[in-house]
Amino acid sequence: MFYRENGQFKTSYRADQQILPIAQDRVAMLLMLVIAFVVVPSMVSDYMFRAILIPFLILSMAAIGVNILVGYCGQISLGSGAFMAVGAYAAYNFQVRIDGMPLLLSLLLGGLCATAFGMLFGLPSLRVKGLYLAVATLAAQFFSDWMFLRISWFTNNSTSGSVAVSNLQVFGMPIESPMSKYLFCLSLLVVIALMAKNLVRGAVGREWMAIRDMDVAAAVIGIRPMYAKMTAFAVSSFIVGIAGALWAFVYLGSWETAAFNVDLSFRLLFMVIIGGMGSIMGSFFGAAFIIILPIFLSQALPAFASLFGVEISTAGIAHAELMAFGGLIVWFLIVEPHGLAKLWSIGKQKLRLWPFPH
Amino acid sequence: MAFFLETLFGGLMAGMLYSLVALGFVLIYKASGVFNFAQGAMVLFAALAMARFAEWIPLHLGITNMIAANVLAFIAAGFMMFVVAWVIERLVLRHLVNQEGTTLLMATLGISYFMEGAGQTLFGSSAYKIDIGMPKEPVMIMQSTFEGGLLINQEDLYAALIAAAMVALLSVFFQKTSTGRALRAVADDHQAAQSIGIPLNRIWVIVWCVAGVVALVAGMIWGSKLGVQFSLTTVALRALPVVILGGLTSVPGAIVGGLIIGVGEKLSEVYLGPYVGGGIEIWFAYVLALGFLLIRPQGLFGEKIIDRV
Repeated sequence: MFYRENGQFKTSYRADQQILPIAQDRVAMLLMLVIAFVVVPSMVSDYMFRAILIPFLILSMAAIGVNILVGYCGQISLGSGAFMAVGAYAAYNFQVRIDGMPLLLSLLLGGLCATAFGMLFGLPSLRVKGLYLAVATLAAQFFSDWMFLRISWFTNNSTSGSVAVSNLQVFGMPIESPMSKYLFCLSLLVVIALMAKNLVRGAVGREWMAIRDMDVAAAVIGIRPMYAKMTAFAVSSFIVGIAGALWAFVYLGSWETAAFNVDLSFRLLFMVIIGGMGSIMGSFFGAAFIIILPIFLSQALPAFASLFGVEISTAGIAHAELMAFGGLIVWFLIVEPHGLAKLWSIGKQKLRLWPFPH
Repeated sequence: MAFFLETLFGGLMAGMLYSLVALGFVLIYKASGVFNFAQGAMVLFAALAMARFAEWIPLHLGITNMIAANVLAFIAAGFMMFVVAWVIERLVLRHLVNQEGTTLLMATLGISYFMEGAGQTLFGSSAYKIDIGMPKEPVMIMQSTFEGGLLINQEDLYAALIAAAMVALLSVFFQKTSTGRALRAVADDHQAAQSIGIPLNRIWVIVWCVAGVVALVAGMIWGSKLGVQFSLTTVALRALPVVILGGLTSVPGAIVGGLIIGVGEKLSEVYLGPYVGGGIEIWFAYVLALGFLLIRPQGLFGEKIIDRV
């Protein structure tokens, strides 16, 4: 009833091709931004910021990066954790070794280092695909695990192997309180999400999708596979690298190599599968889902079990979490390969017709 | 020289165990074109089942003979693996027929998470031990050839023997029995096999079952060496480069690849490790596999698949 595009006429190609062609969508997006930037900071508790919102923002960013590679270009990657680690450690080194380095610049440089690393380990994608590529990206994962653990230069010769950053500030404003951290991550995420959205609907994004759908056909119509794949690796690892730097700087504060292990890579992939492959929107859904599910389980399971008079240990909850993740992955792959994003768009389609069935 | 040979032997033994895990990968890949990421979870699941059954059977059934209890536990765990194979075929594979390789890969990743959770929920998540009575004390051999002889771990020797027997058994099964022939037919071409009346679904259950038994043997040996705990799942990640090196479709490839990786890891750790800070075991195999991917993507013995990328 309210969600109709009737009467909204487009008189130019520009208007026709904008990101949100329907006026109601634009209003909704504006509302979302106002809520995210103004309402949420004034209402939410510190715990909420630290446990849910900040990780959600950062992981959404990482999921967007992984989605570009896996969802848009069809190159499977199990090394996203490594790209995050490279971003984090590179940014750390720029931050620590150069006096008065602006935070934003070191984040960007961290992203660029991750780009170089990603392109290096993306090279095998020019010769192999599918499973073999998964192995190549796993190699990146294990190599980075070792590199940041054993080569002490990267950790600024810290004896414990764990590194920390402090006194973060942007343009003279300190990033210390959970709220400022939240706003900082949110602003970066908005910029990156907009950039990613524009990339995937532009020429290069279409090339990625063509390569994903059928690489031989794409090559035949004149798309350079090497260029398309390498740009996908570059853009993806740049975004993932920045997310990694944020994850380390803003969320963890002090961290060691184990923070970026292969489990994180798998989780990022799960976010993309559950959220929706080939959808920027889906990355947000996936990240939210993966963050909220464990919290939900840890609250709901003991309550549910106590109904039957059973006690569930914390280990039991962890196992239930593994099972829920695994089961959901399989379920989504079978029933809805395009993930939550597809469900969302189905819902929107229904809303257009509501209250009529056809 | 003696030290070198000891390292070499150690590498060969470790390699034999990698081969066992790699064998599970190859079997499933050959028969269904699925790269089974859940092999590591299956090893953990099987080992947990075996360890706990071996604990429960003397407790509840009053069988005190260790060998009988172990054999019973092995059979019970084997049955569990059969159930697992059947459930996976029913609930997952059947619905994903004719999907792309990457989709199936991700599905097995989901299966692996599920099995890790389920295994630990069913059987508990502490560290357990499997005692199948393998002798632990090392022996000296070739004392006549070398000063001081070579120190070999007897347990490793037995493990290698079991692994070799397993491989021989599987080769016979694949080459000589009619089921094995059907498996190979399915591996060659799903549609052709189906059209001459080979039931695909049953074949898949069988092959996942066989892979489950291989996982059980691998889990038993690893478990009796290192104890049964969650870290057993990483064994599969260590064995992944083995299949790349040896070729995904080749049983001998899994063996040779395993030996090469095992020896390479140990030798590189001992002779190369000190120069770069040690611990290179973790990625050495992967980098080796990566190099192989660039030069010879089908591996040492794999079938050459012409697939433009």
